[in-house]
Amino acid sequence: MVSWNADAQKIPQGRLTLVSYGSVIFVVLLLVGFWKLQVVQSGHFADLAERNQIRYIPIIAPRGAMLDRDGRVLVDSYPSFSILLLRDNSKLVERSLPQIEEGLGISKDDMKQQLDAARFEPKFQPIVIKPAASVADIAFVESHRADLPILELMMVERRRYPYHQLLANTIGYVGEVSPQEMERSNGHYRPGDLVGKAGIEKEYNGQLEGTDGMRRVVVNSVGKVVRTLDNVEAISGKPIQLTIDLDLQSIADADMIGKQGAVVAMDARTGEILAMVSQPSFDPNDFAIRIPAAEWKSLNADPDTPLLNRAIQGQLAPGSVFKIIMATAALESKALPADFTVFCPGHAEFYGREFHCWDPKGHGTVNLHTGIVQSCDVFFYNVGKILGIDRIHYYATGLGLGRRTGVDLPGEEPGLIPSEDWVERIFHHKWYAGETISVAIGQGSIMVTPVQLARAIGAVADGGTLVEPHLLKNLSDLKTESFPLSDDTVEQVTQGMYGVINEAGGTGAAFKLQNIEFCGKSGTAQLMSYDASARLGLGKGKNSGWFVGYAPRRNPEIVVAALVQETFQHGGSTAGPIVRDIVKAYYDKKNGHFQLPTTAQNLLSPAPAGDASAAATLQVSGPVTAAPGGAQRP
Amino acid sequence: MKDRPKLHDLDWTLLAIAGAISFLGVLEIYSSTHESAMAGMQWKQVMWIGIGLLGMFLISRIDYHTLLDQAPVLYVFGILILIAVLLIGHSRFGAKRWVELGAGVNLQVSEIMKLIIIVVLARYFAEVRTERLMLADLLKVGAITLLPVALILKQPDLGTAMVLVPVAVVGAFLAGIEWKHVGVGVLLIGLLVPMGWHMRRHLKPYQQQRIQTFLHPEEDQRGAGYQIMQSQIAVGAGGFWGKGFGKGSQNQLGFVPVRYSDFILAAFAEEQGFIGVCVVLLLYLGLILRLVDNAQKAKDRAGMYLVMGVTAILGFHVLVNASMVIDYMPVTGIPLPLMSYGGSATAFVFLALGLVMNVHMRRFVN
Repeated sequence: MVSWNADAQKIPQGRLTLVSYGSVIFVVLLLVGFWKLQVVQSGHFADLAERNQIRYIPIIAPRGAMLDRDGRVLVDSYPSFSILLLRDNSKLVERSLPQIEEGLGISKDDMKQQLDAARFEPKFQPIVIKPAASVADIAFVESHRADLPILELMMVERRRYPYHQLLANTIGYVGEVSPQEMERSNGHYRPGDLVGKAGIEKEYNGQLEGTDGMRRVVVNSVGKVVRTLDNVEAISGKPIQLTIDLDLQSIADADMIGKQGAVVAMDARTGEILAMVSQPSFDPNDFAIRIPAAEWKSLNADPDTPLLNRAIQGQLAPGSVFKIIMATAALESKALPADFTVFCPGHAEFYGREFHCWDPKGHGTVNLHTGIVQSCDVFFYNVGKILGIDRIHYYATGLGLGRRTGVDLPGEEPGLIPSEDWVERIFHHKWYAGETISVAIGQGSIMVTPVQLARAIGAVADGGTLVEPHLLKNLSDLKTESFPLSDDTVEQVTQGMYGVINEAGGTGAAFKLQNIEFCGKSGTAQLMSYDASARLGLGKGKNSGWFVGYAPRRNPEIVVAALVQETFQHGGSTAGPIVRDIVKAYYDKKNGHFQLPTTAQNLLSPAPAGDASAAATLQVSGPVTAAPGGAQRP
Repeated sequence: MKDRPKLHDLDWTLLAIAGAISFLGVLEIYSSTHESAMAGMQWKQVMWIGIGLLGMFLISRIDYHTLLDQAPVLYVFGILILIAVLLIGHSRFGAKRWVELGAGVNLQVSEIMKLIIIVVLARYFAEVRTERLMLADLLKVGAITLLPVALILKQPDLGTAMVLVPVAVVGAFLAGIEWKHVGVGVLLIGLLVPMGWHMRRHLKPYQQQRIQTFLHPEEDQRGAGYQIMQSQIAVGAGGFWGKGFGKGSQNQLGFVPVRYSDFILAAFAEEQGFIGVCVVLLLYLGLILRLVDNAQKAKDRAGMYLVMGVTAILGFHVLVNASMVIDYMPVTGIPLPLMSYGGSATAFVFLALGLVMNVHMRRFVN
């Protein structure tokens, strides 16, 4: 046994006291550490704690629907889920990408690209990595809440275009907001937001889009939502009613299947557009979900330009339809004696150059009326020579050609009516008088759009009132322009257009409608000279066929312009039937015995995307520009 | 020959401080777990405290000199069970079963080893009769300490292994270590640390990871660095006054790692603020100072060394744990004595306090 009590030495009191002091120092040092975190940097950490537990989940406002003039749905939305990627924890995001790639089938590169695009956005705002999630995708997210807390589901209303290609170029489409648009919006848009990109979707985006809401939720450390802090409800976009008549639209569309061109049907009194077709077209449903880059490229690179709205963006020579403007100009300017006639041998020489009439047999002695009815080129060559280019320019421009109509769609093209001034300004040389001879029959360096032409013909028949074409129903102020024409002029020209359809020998005699004062004018514009088209390898003799028709003869109710491109036939036979069908349907509806043709019915029965008509959008064709020179057919 | 110590001879001040800390711990365990699947955990802790108190009274009844007499036997016993755990853990039975069972046994053995090393070193230092601690004695103390340290490291349990060292360091200091030896020691550490850094590939991967995340906590937010980060956020977000009992979002939503055990101080700091942390740390300081006071008033040097061994271990625990919570030190898995949830750890503290009571009660006895 050790003798513990024999301990002679003292307890080292001094060193023990030092230990006490040491303990005090350590505690003070620790307190300093806590002070730094809890007092000095407490704001910073409070912020981090808040970010840890609070998530912002956007609530996307449903876009407003579009209705036709009778209240039928043209565009609406349906609920669907998007998968969000929360970006606050970039390390975790980086590490989880392979797992997400496997589970959701989104390539890592795709996600990296999107993360990169959003790198300047606040970190708490998630990005959409998968719109329109499938049931399997949703199950994947739900079952990986613990190990993939960075995925979140969001209910969204997705755009639905029940009639696919029908009216697509007019309605336009929605797409993800571009970086430029985001910048312009001053923080209104976030990456992944859908905005109207074209057509009515773009024009009336402000009304159609609602105000997105935001949900603030508390999540625990495994990402489970514990409770909702606040909920700023989304405000739905407003529905808009269009002037479109779905019946007339479907008839026009059915008639245009497999063709290239455009149709504009308009209420001649108000400018309300009843139908608007542009072919080839596309299916805007493809854009409602994020469109794959490759598909977007192919749509844009398609030589058929399916994204172009030819009704307002196709600029072509008007061909013989322009003769109505020539006749009006000649009568209004009193340039012709009352009994002015021309003998047509089938050709004529001006300024040392031979110009052909479309009918090589000739029309014999032709006056203004027969000149219009039979569309005699030689008669109008002479009128053109007498009027001169500047007077033609004055009347054509006055009737709305060569300038934008102001239709409520983005991207309208102005077209072109030449003048001496214009030639000198652009080409720095004098106007060649010979070119006036071509312009006189709507050929050469003259370009109009279908909507311009419809409005101009309507205005002539109406005595000079130019309405503003529009698609939004119930516009508060209807804009009109006045270019007064004398009653005598209107009477003579409209009699001519009545004769085109209702007189024997008229170029539109095949389209006569019973009990309807159906009037009109056909036209055929040669796309380019034979030489030029051969040089470009586009084949020979392809034309653009026009027909502009209206009813009744004076003060028309409806005016329809149809354009069929890439045809070997003359305008009357390709575009005429389309106009006739629409005018007839308009009156049938008005008189209460309307029945929708089967071809049109087929278009209105919802078909899955990517059907036969989608294939039609991929045909190949030539450019949509007119070239000067050459003779033409009516 | 001796009067039997009476109940009122216990150090009631020390017990009151320990009780106050334990009470705060139980409250915070309740706050951290009452809305989780672990609800009711505070009652288990209360039970462990009860068992610990019982152990404390029992150990205070045995004269500490009797314990010191048995020191060599205790030491051999401790070393043998450490070796046994290593051998059995590696050679017999299915591996998985032994990881589980082994973990429980390991823990107990190392906790027992903490008590044994306190007794063994107290005995050794008490037997040093010189004013100054000779180099030979110092080396022997080092050998006595480093053998169990090495065995525990092999388990591996870096935290517990480290905890044994301060008993020797504080003891050597009190035994009158010579400053030149301190200088050499510091120099050796100065050489060994860079060398050890160089040899860090020989560390277990989890140890490398911990060192790595200590140096760069922001690198790996979901791993150990994530724990430090979330702990710091919780402490900082608590601010001066705290978010209130049961209202710390970091704690309640589970962002604070093992918030009822190793990181209980972070959870507490978030809910009770800097004020609460001051109270707790001052309670610990009070505990330490009271222990040192007990040492100063011990009847003999052996008693003094016993008390100071306990002081060294408890102080080290508090220092390392609190430092870890505020990212002053790497995560080592050392709990906060009396506050952290844990059966054997809590029992150890009370048994250690039992040693102190033992010395305290016999301070006047001849």
